[in-house]
Amino acid sequence: MFLSNIESFPGYVITRHLGLVQGSTVRAKHVGRDIMAGLKNLVGGELKGYTELLNESRREAIERMEKQAKAVGANAVINIRFSTANITAGAAEILAYGTAVVIDRAMAGDAQPAR
Amino acid sequence: MADVLIILVLLALGYFCGTIGQHRHYRSLKIREAQLRGILLFNEKKVPASFSGQRFALVSGSAVISGDYFRQAIAGLKTLFGGRLGSFEAMIDRGRREAILRMKEEARHMGAKAVFNVRLETSNLKSIRSKKNSLACVEILAYGTAIMPQNPATEKAWL
Repeated sequence: MFLSNIESFPGYVITRHLGLVQGSTVRAKHVGRDIMAGLKNLVGGELKGYTELLNESRREAIERMEKQAKAVGANAVINIRFSTANITAGAAEILAYGTAVVIDRAMAGDAQPAR
Repeated sequence: MADVLIILVLLALGYFCGTIGQHRHYRSLKIREAQLRGILLFNEKKVPASFSGQRFALVSGSAVISGDYFRQAIAGLKTLFGGRLGSFEAMIDRGRREAILRMKEEARHMGAKAVFNVRLETSNLKSIRSKKNSLACVEILAYGTAIMPQNPATEKAWL
């Protein structure tokens, strides 16, 4: 599965558009991590626990989006966007969405994209 | 009296640890930025035709960063008068550079030499449960499309 946040590539042609696919996940931090983050907040700097958590959730959102794209028969998702929303204190929603497409390698005879 | 003492201790702790942490972070940022200078970032959507037919993949990097107790207290006071909040500027700058570096590291891991359509997103996480003091805590996400050369010949052509 090709994933990208660009909508077209030189050397590839989009043969079919299959519409919007999305994946999202809502995660809450567990209390232990929250307390640690609260302590870390006193001295400042990176809150590793939260970074990990958000990365995990982002990966999951992407996986769900990929699953949806596979289900509609796509081999690539293009123009991917992420968004993060704070639902309540302690929980965040991560959404990944994009356009599912079928791409193919451009044949040598095809018109080359303009430089 | 005890309360005042605790606050003073927290302020001092925040000041010293925060300053040391910031210096250390900036130093490591500079070193890693120098190491990863070979990976080019573009925020253009259009991929030049010279990259034709190469593999591509989504890469991202993120960092959650917060200011320390002292700097947040100072920033809180400063909002009364307005003006620039230098401590928050430094905090967000560090977070953003860190996120970009992580994205670059992922790109390097995949063997990419360039990342196109780099987007930066900042979101506020007001997630720390204590309601009485809202601690500033932001997540910065950098993402883009890494382009991996398939053979050394094409790689040379555009480097």
